[in-house]
Amino acid sequence: METTTMKPPSILLAALRQDRGGQILLALLAAALVLVPLTNLVVPEGSALHLSTYSVTLFGKYLCYALLAIAVDLVWGYCGILSLGHTAFFALGGYAVGMYLMRQIGTRGVYGDPILPDFMVFLNWKTLPWFWQGMNHFPVALIMVVLVPGLLALIFGWLAFLSRVTGVYLSIITQALTFALLLAFFRNEMGFGGNNGLTDFKELLGFDLQAPGMRIALFVTTVLALAGAYLACRYIVASRFGRVLQAIRDAEGRTRFIGYKVESYKLWIWVFSAMLAGIAGALYVPQVGIINPSEFAPINSIEVVIWVAVGGRGTLYGAVAGAVLVNYAKTYFTAAAPEVWLYALGALFVLATLFLPRGVVGLMRRAAA
Amino acid sequence: MSVSINSGGGPIGLRFKPTGRRHSTNAPSPDLSHNIILYVEGITVSFDGFKALNDLNLYIETGELRCIIGPNGAGKTTMMDVITGKTRPDTGSAWFGQTIDLLGLTEPEIAQVGIGRKFQKPTVFAEHSVFENLELAMADSKRVWHVLFAKLNGEQRDRIDEVLQIIGLQDARSGRAGALSHGQKQWLEIGMLLMQDPLLLLVDEPVAGMTPQETERTAELLVSLAGKHSVVVVEHDMNFVRSIARTVTVLHEGHVLAEGSMDEVQNHPRVKEVYLGE
Repeated sequence: METTTMKPPSILLAALRQDRGGQILLALLAAALVLVPLTNLVVPEGSALHLSTYSVTLFGKYLCYALLAIAVDLVWGYCGILSLGHTAFFALGGYAVGMYLMRQIGTRGVYGDPILPDFMVFLNWKTLPWFWQGMNHFPVALIMVVLVPGLLALIFGWLAFLSRVTGVYLSIITQALTFALLLAFFRNEMGFGGNNGLTDFKELLGFDLQAPGMRIALFVTTVLALAGAYLACRYIVASRFGRVLQAIRDAEGRTRFIGYKVESYKLWIWVFSAMLAGIAGALYVPQVGIINPSEFAPINSIEVVIWVAVGGRGTLYGAVAGAVLVNYAKTYFTAAAPEVWLYALGALFVLATLFLPRGVVGLMRRAAA
Repeated sequence: MSVSINSGGGPIGLRFKPTGRRHSTNAPSPDLSHNIILYVEGITVSFDGFKALNDLNLYIETGELRCIIGPNGAGKTTMMDVITGKTRPDTGSAWFGQTIDLLGLTEPEIAQVGIGRKFQKPTVFAEHSVFENLELAMADSKRVWHVLFAKLNGEQRDRIDEVLQIIGLQDARSGRAGALSHGQKQWLEIGMLLMQDPLLLLVDEPVAGMTPQETERTAELLVSLAGKHSVVVVEHDMNFVRSIARTVTVLHEGHVLAEGSMDEVQNHPRVKEVYLGE
């Protein structure tokens, strides 16, 4: 008689054994975990092997994008929900951490107010708005990083999925969602710094945000978060839950008729994905040093979808590859030929759709076979 | 028009007493104490003024195998849509056993209380393996939290293997369902129905596009299922209906035109006029 229970870790291990792309990704992340701190902190400046702090931050930023791309791939690649508003969740996670960092500035701000951030003093505000209360505590900020995007996703998903909004209509309202937030956060009265957003951060947990050690700590945290998110997502898609998600993607009505409450499944994965996006945003903001409403711009969310499409949707590691490759190209092009970048991005999307339906990883898999 | 239940249909399988085998789904079991599993009464559905169903009355006995025939547009598929919760009727009622009001339930809830449906166009999950298709359809808790940590136990594996055997797809078990032939997809769909272990099976055109041999095997399978399950088959293929039918219901313009044995309905003057009288 076969034993009946297989613990969740064994489902994950079995999935990883067949997951070549995932193995490579985790190996690369492990290597980065060792090599990046080593070449940045230990290898002396001037040496050919030295990695500049600028590069560390740049890589860290790419990995935040990669985490965001995984979140999008989870709902789009596996459940067919094409979200064109995921940077809304990313930005909200970023704002949560940004608020904490603002509160840490204290008297070192231009106006030297011990409580109020500069922009509030500038607006002649006398007291801290209620939603800024408690944000000077790091744990509170961390909870908000997942709670706020998760709650927004829950409310939005509840309304959208229960009314059975699907396909392109859903994509359009996700764009509307992020656009509405963009407009709202632009307003000074919202209390998030308006157009300028939140910036001029000084310290995180009492450590200088600009110090190389801090940069490395942020990088390491990002790598660990990405690896953890990858494992969590790999488990989800390898479980029966993941097979139900893919069934919903391929034949939603049929899934309903064999007894699955499609709305619950969509809602669950949607909220989880939004939380991942929030975490990505929270890791992103201390590394780039600013969060402002432009992060909500609809175009950003579309770009994330392009990363996933270029990398190869429905693979998870493809999303990581796409995010890093496209953003590396973006960094290169916007320096070398800034006017070309948007055309290059558009061309990339068209070409990937036409010739690489399974993205870069699909191409590599075909080459390997 | 008055409807007579089981008029001249001969003795049908009334031995079957449901065991309440709706395992771990938390769904209520239907009360079948009157030996009627499905009551459809006075159902009217109109789309933009067109009455797809017009005061439809239909009663299915427990363990019965019922064939429903009718020309295109007679309302056969709409009737299935109403029973499975896809379409809400304007008026009328639909009960599963004595106590379960189908019109108050959603599609997944109806599936969970024990009504399975096979679609006209076979819709299997193309990207999943044959085995996974059966696993997904399996009667088991379908709540998110359970499914996230669910793992097949030996009994469930055996059940899937048994169904693979019944539908003759053992050799295709790990292949992509999308790669199956049309007839095999039809069979897989029937297998998925079996995995759901429903009390009532609604089967829409099971032999469309099948070879004569496949049709024959399908007929055998459906006949063998009756008794243990109640089966309602909608079919165009008259030879097929003749080979399996005990009781035939003829639908016309959303209404029951006649009901009885194949011979009776074939000799019914109105039926001859609108449908069989070619």
